[in-house]
Amino acid sequence: MVENRPWANGFAHTVLIIGVALVVFPVYIAIVASTQAPDELLRGTLPLLPGSHGIENYTQMWLSGVSSTNSPSAALMLWNSFVMAMAITVGKLFISLLSAFAIVYFRFRFRMFFFWLIFVTLMLPVEVRIIPTYQVVADLSMLNSFAGLSIPLIASATATFLFRQFFMTVPEEMLEAARVDGAGPMTFFKDILLPLSVTNIAALFVIMFIYGWNQYLWPLLITTDPDYTTIVMGIQRMTSEENPQWHLIMAAVVMAALPPVLVILFMQRLFVKGLTETEK
Amino acid sequence: MASITLEGLKKTYSGDAHAVKGIDLHIEDGEFVVLVGPSGCGKSTLLRMVAGLETITEGTLKIGERVVNTLEPAERDIAMVFQNYALYPHMTVYNNLAYGLKNRGFKKDDIEKRVRVAAQMLEIEAFLDRKPRKLSGGQRQRVAMGRALVRDPAAFLFDEPLSNLDAKLRVQMRVEIKQLQRRLKTTSLYVTHDQLEAMTLGDRLVVLNAGQIEQVGTPMEIYARPATMFVAGFIGSPAMNMLSVDYLTAQGADGPLDNLPEGTDTVGIRPDDMHLAPPHAPHLILDSTLALFEAAGAESHLYVTLADSAQPTVIRVSGQPPVAEGDTLRIYVPRHALHPFNSTTGQRIQD
Repeated sequence: MVENRPWANGFAHTVLIIGVALVVFPVYIAIVASTQAPDELLRGTLPLLPGSHGIENYTQMWLSGVSSTNSPSAALMLWNSFVMAMAITVGKLFISLLSAFAIVYFRFRFRMFFFWLIFVTLMLPVEVRIIPTYQVVADLSMLNSFAGLSIPLIASATATFLFRQFFMTVPEEMLEAARVDGAGPMTFFKDILLPLSVTNIAALFVIMFIYGWNQYLWPLLITTDPDYTTIVMGIQRMTSEENPQWHLIMAAVVMAALPPVLVILFMQRLFVKGLTETEK
Repeated sequence: MASITLEGLKKTYSGDAHAVKGIDLHIEDGEFVVLVGPSGCGKSTLLRMVAGLETITEGTLKIGERVVNTLEPAERDIAMVFQNYALYPHMTVYNNLAYGLKNRGFKKDDIEKRVRVAAQMLEIEAFLDRKPRKLSGGQRQRVAMGRALVRDPAAFLFDEPLSNLDAKLRVQMRVEIKQLQRRLKTTSLYVTHDQLEAMTLGDRLVVLNAGQIEQVGTPMEIYARPATMFVAGFIGSPAMNMLSVDYLTAQGADGPLDNLPEGTDTVGIRPDDMHLAPPHAPHLILDSTLALFEAAGAESHLYVTLADSAQPTVIRVSGQPPVAEGDTLRIYVPRHALHPFNSTTGQRIQD
């Protein structure tokens, strides 16, 4: 819009600034709190300026954690979260790409039935099926393992559905041209469909990674071994102590927030590139 | 290079829809055959059956001496040019051309050589490193052609390749396709709904209607002696005028009509065979009023209303005759320009 109305401009900026402030303030508080001395945060008033114990707090949290609450070092918890989130993300993408490919490009018996079956599971969040899933995972003796943390969350109706919708917009001639060019189904998938889906894959990667990273209830249920504690679980555990050590918790919170931010920053280039390069 | 033989080729979709109702056709090695017909006549389906993209319900399809009914498109040794080009958007032009060769296990330097040769032939060398989206419509069209000809296949199949181009470019590409085919002498099957494209490109034309062949012949044969009323109306622009013999007789034109072959009840007259001045040959005379005058530069189209008739009739004359809308015109049609048809069977009556 090319308009010259100063007061409207000012108004728009005010709204934006308030919005940004609302989002940024809690993050700022978390960062400030993570740099304070242990007793500073228990006085009732929250300091608004960074303290001097930042390095100390982060080092302690990163290396040793809070042993009184059974929380291992942040390094381990972040690693656990990262492995779980990556396994979930990659697994979800892999499975949903393949199942969408099957549903869109192959004609087999009960194709629509399977599609609707997948679609219906969209309506069932993890929490609804958590007890039976727990039973299955326990029976397969996958408690306290990365497999148990990630595999039950890997199937994704949302991603399958989105990829199906995308594949259906790929012109049929693309497949036909590839067939004439001597590409078998999997070659077509690998050489044509995957590169065309990069934008969608990048976007879903971000969404799925954050979904995996933020998993709380499921890891809580199936891991008892502190070696498998994820960062989200760990933070919760630290806060449920009688005297929560807020300076350490806040340090953990800041560290927990970083990986998703990094993933977004990294993937953003991919999907912006994808968005500008897609043309059929 | 090979001939293509279609024997009783049929395509039936579920629910008894017959898209192609038994086509017999032999395409000679090196011949350029154009399938032409209105939309929905089954021409694209037929081409796609030859390509292997549609299954064949019934009949035999041979490329060379080999029956290829159940072979995959890649195994048929054909190359296809699609209407919307179907270039791979994420690959450079070079890779678009090379992809088919790569899948067939060609050696790297062989691929390189073939791509260069094809690119040179089509004058797209400068774009080899670009992605398709950076190309204009005409350039994309060339890349699509290049993808077909790098493989040096037994046959080219064209599915309305020019219909996405603007009028000027279409004429240019048409000429280029023709020249290219002459040079390579690759058997080609070309589908179009544009009768001008069909006339100018094909060694032979196959006019299709409702899943059946109406007529097969050289463009001039089909233009000069359309076998059915459908062909007469479809080939040639503006379309042939159809007048009933009863009407002509009522207009007092019975003299020249005496020796029309038995069974003729409709005659077709090309717009160019209707003259404003009497010819020397025996002719018939019709009176009309000029309803609309259309000047097209080198020629003019006169839309006239014949006396005592609601039949719209078009006359094509060269230059611009000194007439105005509303004028009464006397039209002269030479006897030899009449195409005799029977309107019940739709067939031409052989004279």
